[in-house]
Formats: sequence, structure tokens, C-alpha cells
Amino acid sequence: MKLRVLYFARLRERFGVAEETLDFGGTTAADLVALLQTRGGVWAEELAVGRAFRVAINQDIVALDAALPDHAEIAIFPPVTGG
Amino acid sequence: MKIRVQPEAFDLGAEVGAMSKGRTDIGAIASFVGLARDLNDGSGVAAMTLEHYPGMTEKALAALVGEACARWTLLDVTVIHRVGRLLPGDPIVMVAVASEHRGEAFAACEFIMDYLKTQAPFWKKEETPEGERWVEARASDDAAAARWAKP
Repeated sequence: MKLRVLYFARLRERFGVAEETLDFGGTTAADLVALLQTRGGVWAEELAVGRAFRVAINQDIVALDAALPDHAEIAIFPPVTGG
Repeated sequence: MKIRVQPEAFDLGAEVGAMSKGRTDIGAIASFVGLARDLNDGSGVAAMTLEHYPGMTEKALAALVGEACARWTLLDVTVIHRVGRLLPGDPIVMVAVASEHRGEAFAACEFIMDYLKTQAPFWKKEETPEGERWVEARASDDAAAARWAKP
């Protein structure tokens, strides 16, 4: 499936990318995170088990076992700090 | 209901005035304003920049205002959150809630702020003497939001 993946705040800066389009063969948000971890370096570090980050599918925060719909807009970002 | 994400400053008095203008059923308006401080985690803060997730931000704010309206009988709600670069003393966010009686207005105003702090996709980056740094989420904010969880 095709996915549009967005990164925000500290993760956008560390990854050096704000947005990318991926051709993705997995099923869940956890599968996507696992794929990104295989890039190594800052990807493996920031997305390691136990690190705090959030995943949103089509602009709703979800748990990692959530299924990804085709052509979804996925966002990965640090815990929010507004207000 | 009014929800805005904007770089410009807001006028709390004007916003509260607009809520009650031309109506006589409102008995209480509770409001909150969050301001940028010049000190955080032991470092001076010269300025902060607020980043957000356009599209999701508005959706998340509408969802938490909707949740407040489901829990309490509210007559009007205004939420304005600024983005971009802000200086110490600048207003960051305002919430104003109108209801018939004060109890619902107070409770809903606090609920909206507590949920906004943990659910709405904003991030603060501070300029300090040691350089720029992203503000880390606080466990106390999660605890504040968890108080409102339904059993």
C-alpha cells in the first residue's frame, strides 16, 4: 500500500525529513515503526522500544496495533507540549 | 463554538465579551490564559517557537471541545492557541467556557486545558543560553488529564 508519512518537532529535525511517501508491505502501525527502525542510526534510536513517541493515522492518535488503511496519512511525533 | 489556531495575539476581554453579546441566558463564563514564561527547568528562556500539525490540530481541539460539551451543559466555548515565535509574557492559549452556572464553566475550562496539554499536536522549542531545546512532555500533564478519565 501507499502511505504518506509525516514527522514533527524533534523527530522531524533528527530524521532530517518532514514528509515522505512509502510503498509499504506491512499491516499495522507497529509494522511501519519496525520498518523505519531498520534504517538504523537516529531512526533505530528514536523509535526504539521504550522511547516515547506517538503515531496518528489520518490525524487521530492510535495504538501501535492499529491497522493502516491504504493511502493513509501517518504522522509520527514526540509527546505533545502545547498549552 | 470558536476554535482558532493562529500566530496573532488574542484579546481575552474581547473574546469573552463576544460570547455574551446579545444573549441573556449565560450566567457564568470561566476563562484561562496560558502565558510564555522566562524560566523553565532551571534555564532562562529568551523565546519559544510553537510548531503544530495543521489539520490534526483543529480536529483534535474540536474533539476535546465536543467531549466537554458531552460531559457538561455548555452554552459556548472559545479556544484560541497561538503558533510561531513567542516572547516571555506573550499569551499562548486561551479557553473560555460559558454556562448557566459557574460549576460547569469552571470544570469544563479545566478539562479542556488538561486534555489540550496531552492531546492537541503542539510542540514547544525554547531558546535558552545553552542553545535551542525541545520541551519534554511532563508526567504531571498526563496525570492531570487522567483525573478526568471515566471509570
